[in-house]
Amino acid sequence: MTTKNDTWTIAGREFTSRLMVGTGKYASFQQTAEALEASGAEIITVAVRRINLDRSKESLLDYIDPGKYTLLPNTAGCYTADDAVRTCRLAREAGMSDFVKLEVLGDEKTLFPDNEELLKAARILVKEGFTVLPYTSDDVIMCRKLEDIGCAAVMPLGAPIGSGLGIRNPYNIRIILESVRIPVIVDAGVGSASDAAIAMELGCDGVLMNTAIAGAQDPIAMARAMRLAVEAGRLSYKAGRIPRKLYANASSPLDGMIA
Amino acid sequence: MHITLNGEAIDIALGSTVAGLLEHLQLQRDRVAVEVNLDIVPKAAYDGHGLSDGDRIEIVHFVGGG
Repeated sequence: MTTKNDTWTIAGREFTSRLMVGTGKYASFQQTAEALEASGAEIITVAVRRINLDRSKESLLDYIDPGKYTLLPNTAGCYTADDAVRTCRLAREAGMSDFVKLEVLGDEKTLFPDNEELLKAARILVKEGFTVLPYTSDDVIMCRKLEDIGCAAVMPLGAPIGSGLGIRNPYNIRIILESVRIPVIVDAGVGSASDAAIAMELGCDGVLMNTAIAGAQDPIAMARAMRLAVEAGRLSYKAGRIPRKLYANASSPLDGMIA
Repeated sequence: MHITLNGEAIDIALGSTVAGLLEHLQLQRDRVAVEVNLDIVPKAAYDGHGLSDGDRIEIVHFVGGG
């Protein structure tokens, strides 16, 4: 079994890579570009910010081929539905695409989503024709509501953004996977390659991360590690793991032992 | 005339347009989004959209983010 032909779709668009990566926190644009290349990602997140009036005009887009990647603008830093919607409208105008990663935060310390505002923003954006990928809590009821509204995927958190704590509640992710039909992407919390593999082994359609790669001592090597982990986790999921047993089960035959 | 651009007060020539402002700032129009008094100005309207004294303008673009 290979990962060939194991494609997936978001809102009718087909992708091969199941690793989505952020473009923040890198030491340089050059490093960002190299890490993206090593990750094999096809979908990359970007933030929407004011242009800098007095600094260099160098832009992230000078280093990233927009023909090669699907840009997924986020609403990072938005704490109200109004701000998030406004940011999405600007993102659509800047990028000429309706893909958005919707996040509406509720608290600066945890960066957990404000679910009430998230639902409010999602309703408006879906109505305006956006392809909405919401960052949400690992809560099946929220995910079902987001699906009902018409979101293109749900992106439950594995752990707080940038925490590197991994998938804190794999059982919740499993319940979400059993309960929605749209793609489930673990967004936030991944710290190491094994975390990414766990997300994929649970059956998630994809994993989105930023800090785990950008904050690693060698971001390029970590980007490659994440690529392999996501592929390995996906293969492992599709291959079907053995059941867990409490006691041993010998791998070598018992017959033919020397007397 | 005075406008507020990304929170900063600046002076621009009377009769300036969004297109003129972007040119002055050396910004590529396909990489930005422009909001004038909270309304987005579509790219196709940059040339014809005149700016007025007191306008509050936001010009944004994509930066690295997660």
